[in-house]
Amino acid sequence: MKLLTLNFLTCARKTCKATAASFPLHCREVELEQVEMDPNPLFIKNMLPRLDWKAMKGLTQELGLPQLPNEAPSEEELQGADGEPTQVLNDLHTLLMETSVVSGKLVCGNCEYEYPVKDGIASFLLPSHMV
Amino acid sequence: MLPTPSTSHVNYDQVYEPAEDSYLLLDTLSSASETAFLQRRFPQHATSPLVVEIGPGSGVVLAFVTAHAGRIFARRNVGTLGVDVNPVACAATRQTVQTASASARADCGVFLDAVNGDLTTAIKPGSVDVLIFNPPYVPSESLPSLPVHDEHDAADARGSFARDSHLLSLSTDGGIDGMEITNRLLAQLDVALSARGVAYILLCAQNKPEIVMAQVRAWPTRDASMLRWNVEKVASSGRKAGWEKLCVIRIWSDR
Ligand SMILES: [Zn+2]
Repeated sequence: MKLLTLNFLTCARKTCKATAASFPLHCREVELEQVEMDPNPLFIKNMLPRLDWKAMKGLTQELGLPQLPNEAPSEEELQGADGEPTQVLNDLHTLLMETSVVSGKLVCGNCEYEYPVKDGIASFLLPSHMV
Repeated sequence: MLPTPSTSHVNYDQVYEPAEDSYLLLDTLSSASETAFLQRRFPQHATSPLVVEIGPGSGVVLAFVTAHAGRIFARRNVGTLGVDVNPVACAATRQTVQTASASARADCGVFLDAVNGDLTTAIKPGSVDVLIFNPPYVPSESLPSLPVHDEHDAADARGSFARDSHLLSLSTDGGIDGMEITNRLLAQLDVALSARGVAYILLCAQNKPEIVMAQVRAWPTRDASMLRWNVEKVASSGRKAGWEKLCVIRIWSDR
């Protein structure tokens, strides 16, 4: 599961949805892998405004990955004068699109429920008494 | 006609096989009228839209949208995500989308993942721009139970007939009027969709599409910036003696 996907997921419990602590989910005991993917610079650029930068920065900290700056890069930082993607953009591609959670747990910061990830697929199904 | 993604690797004992309903969705999403609608709704300068298919099964529809993003949205910076209650379908979807994308590199969008979940419950509120749902729409006496984590484990071991038919029933059985799951999804749309969000939902005649559409039009608006909920029938198939068997409705809001 790509790190970018975590930007769009929360705890599946109804009671957690309204709490700020249910996003982002926290990675625990995760195994990461790098999976090469065709770069799509325009996707990174046009997805950036939708990223919860603080959440992504927190995730990289939890995972022991290279630190993100405090502020999201500006558009100018993503594209060089020659129109080519910058190192900043390439690094974001590597982080968001190519860094994947193979296995481990995604933990809700509010209820502490642990959602398992296996073979890169996260499971958000809850036992019926918890829905 | 854009090519249909290959699903030959999928085990149809455990995952819904692409059928007339799947193909109606492919035709609808690539039709001149819907591509024009989507391109107006998500213009080039707007942030990248997120397409979420609920219940992708084999992944044929999500793979089609991902592989042909350039043709459908006139932009390749489109993200796609699948959510299926059947863990076997999640793995099938991932493979179908990746294979289709690899053979359409000049035209394809960006596949994020397939996750195992119940409708939109795990999706961050307000993040879905295009929701696609081919529901379990067949009227049935009861609804199958959702698989839970220990069954998720059991799904790794190749299968008993009972477990296979349970997984398949999740993709077909819709309870009363075949609408019980669709009604749950409809009730989640207001929260799941972004302000510019649009949903494509497939219905069959027994679902009473006209009643569903009247209900949608009567939904309360979310906030002061929203004028109204709109719904339109954008495709249908299987006409027999004036009765159509399947249709696709499009739900969106005006602001
Ligand atoms: Zn929670």
